[in-house]
Amino acid sequence: MEWFIAKIFAKYNYWVFIILMMIGFYGIVAKDNLIKKIIGLNIFQTAIFLYFISLGAVKGGTAPIVDEAIIQKGYVYANPLPHVLILTAIVVSVATTAVALSLVIRMHREYGTIEESEIIEKLSDERMLRT
Amino acid sequence: MSIAVQHFPVLVVVVSLLSAITIFIAGWLNRKTACCISIATLLAQFIASLFVLHHVMTVGTIHYRLGGWVPPWGIEYVMDALNAYVLVILLFLGLICAIYSKRNIEHELPGKVVSFYTIYQLLITGLCGITVTGDIFNMYVFIEITCLSAYALIASRGKIALKASFTYLVLGSIGACFFLLGIGFLYAVTGSLNMKDLSILLPPLYGNRVVLAAFVFFIVGLSIKMALFPLHTWLPDAHAFAPSEISAMLSGIIIEVSTYAFIRVAFSVFTLEFIKLLPIFEILSWVAATAIIVGSILAIPQSNLKRMLAYSSVANMGYIMLAVGLSISAFRPPWGGLSPALMHILNHALMKGCLFLAAGAFIYKANLWDIKDFRGLGAKMPYTCAAFVIAAISMIGVPPSVGFVSKLYIILASVEAKRFFFVGVILLSSLLNLIYFWRVIEMMYMKREEPSGHGHDSVASVSHDEIPASMLIPILVLSSLCILMGVFWLARGPIPVLDKVNLLFGLVKTP
Repeated sequence: MEWFIAKIFAKYNYWVFIILMMIGFYGIVAKDNLIKKIIGLNIFQTAIFLYFISLGAVKGGTAPIVDEAIIQKGYVYANPLPHVLILTAIVVSVATTAVALSLVIRMHREYGTIEESEIIEKLSDERMLRT
Repeated sequence: MSIAVQHFPVLVVVVSLLSAITIFIAGWLNRKTACCISIATLLAQFIASLFVLHHVMTVGTIHYRLGGWVPPWGIEYVMDALNAYVLVILLFLGLICAIYSKRNIEHELPGKVVSFYTIYQLLITGLCGITVTGDIFNMYVFIEITCLSAYALIASRGKIALKASFTYLVLGSIGACFFLLGIGFLYAVTGSLNMKDLSILLPPLYGNRVVLAAFVFFIVGLSIKMALFPLHTWLPDAHAFAPSEISAMLSGIIIEVSTYAFIRVAFSVFTLEFIKLLPIFEILSWVAATAIIVGSILAIPQSNLKRMLAYSSVANMGYIMLAVGLSISAFRPPWGGLSPALMHILNHALMKGCLFLAAGAFIYKANLWDIKDFRGLGAKMPYTCAAFVIAAISMIGVPPSVGFVSKLYIILASVEAKRFFFVGVILLSSLLNLIYFWRVIEMMYMKREEPSGHGHDSVASVSHDEIPASMLIPILVLSSLCILMGVFWLARGPIPVLDKVNLLFGLVKTP
């Protein structure tokens, strides 16, 4: 039991991020619907963001606004750097999602479906994918 | 000039980014300006990169602190021999492709010229950024900028390209996420993101499992980006159905820059001592050898020329990674260390650039995709076909072409490392190259148009039907460089640059 607590509960943030990441990965690999694939990709990315954010947390830490008076009282701060990194990474992830969704819209216009297997079927009819 | 050169690393990136915005606004007013602005910017960037290379070779490494913040807190751009060399290559091919696309894009994507050049400049921004940065998170952001522009550019032709782009997007994002996770692990144990700082902080932690996991994530993430063999599945379709100049950039530059990122992470963040702790480069060279053979074999049955060239790219990434894998066991100059790998980065950019642009010329002129439709093309488009043949025999490795020099150096390195199996792999793959390129060349030259009743007519009706000069000249420049650069390598012209890289990473001393 002690082992269980030490390995799982004390480091639950890492477990949560791994489990979320695997859920996202399952979505990407197993789902046939392209929108569901994108959702899986988003979960996958968000899991990594959560990992970064949990790195920056400090027990009892307040918001990282530096003020001499507060430092003298002995307050500690959360590490702001992972937050900044993840702000950038979120922007990247939003851009990726936007590009992916626009591709899906165009594929829907072209083939009338967003199921990957049906699109592949229609593609193989086209001349160029013969090999 | 020396002081101005200090600012070139950041200017190369910023100018490109600003030109993307300028093209968008100016193109809105007048569509014709887009191409001119793009070419002018790339020319300026290329000249700047030459100055940077000269400065790095004569004076030394350039450090640029963004916003004046002192590293490791601020982001730092570092130019040493390695990235100056890669920067010159990427801007050269970028410039060539921009000139080529002037006519080709008007033909392939009418009405999308402005957005094409806007995204093209963003692509160049990302590539330059990956190359110049000395901060590992900054590198992640630039990798994503590069790949996002690449997804959009691949998809621009619509139809099959949409699906190809989507597959690339999903796999590319997973790769980038792995890279980000690797950064996260390193940050968790060191608290730093600056490459130089990391290489100082990491050595006491080399046994640490988190550091090992981070290295594995970097390898897997970047292997997806560079399409190393088992992770190459996105590549053939994406390269085959993108506009031809983008195929050339994808094959010649984008996957190569990912290799650069790998070399940078392996040697600058982790150091030679770390790599020697693990058999990772040994495994990598075996994977690369598999990639060479499998890529070459898969190229043989392809009927679509660009798909065939794409599989050939998979094989060529194998060459580069094999050379990287051998770099820690072969030290004797001139073929020791990273020299063969860096040499092949340049050589592959020239050869594959030329081949893809020529393939694009056939599509431009007659909408020819399949190799079996190439009958008699040698008489119809003599210059393009000649350029294609030169690049093709260079891929096969006929002396004194660039392909021959690369293969020679990799063979010499594997002999020094006593891995004679890899010598066999290179020779076998040359044979396979011969098979699949000969098929195309034979179709172009040997087979006449089938006489359809009037045998004498088909000979008389052969008329020259060449592509416009603005497309032909880039192809001819690249194909002549395939030979000239080969002679230049044999004369050991650019070897000092490679020696300097090896010196930087401690790859020269005798083991």
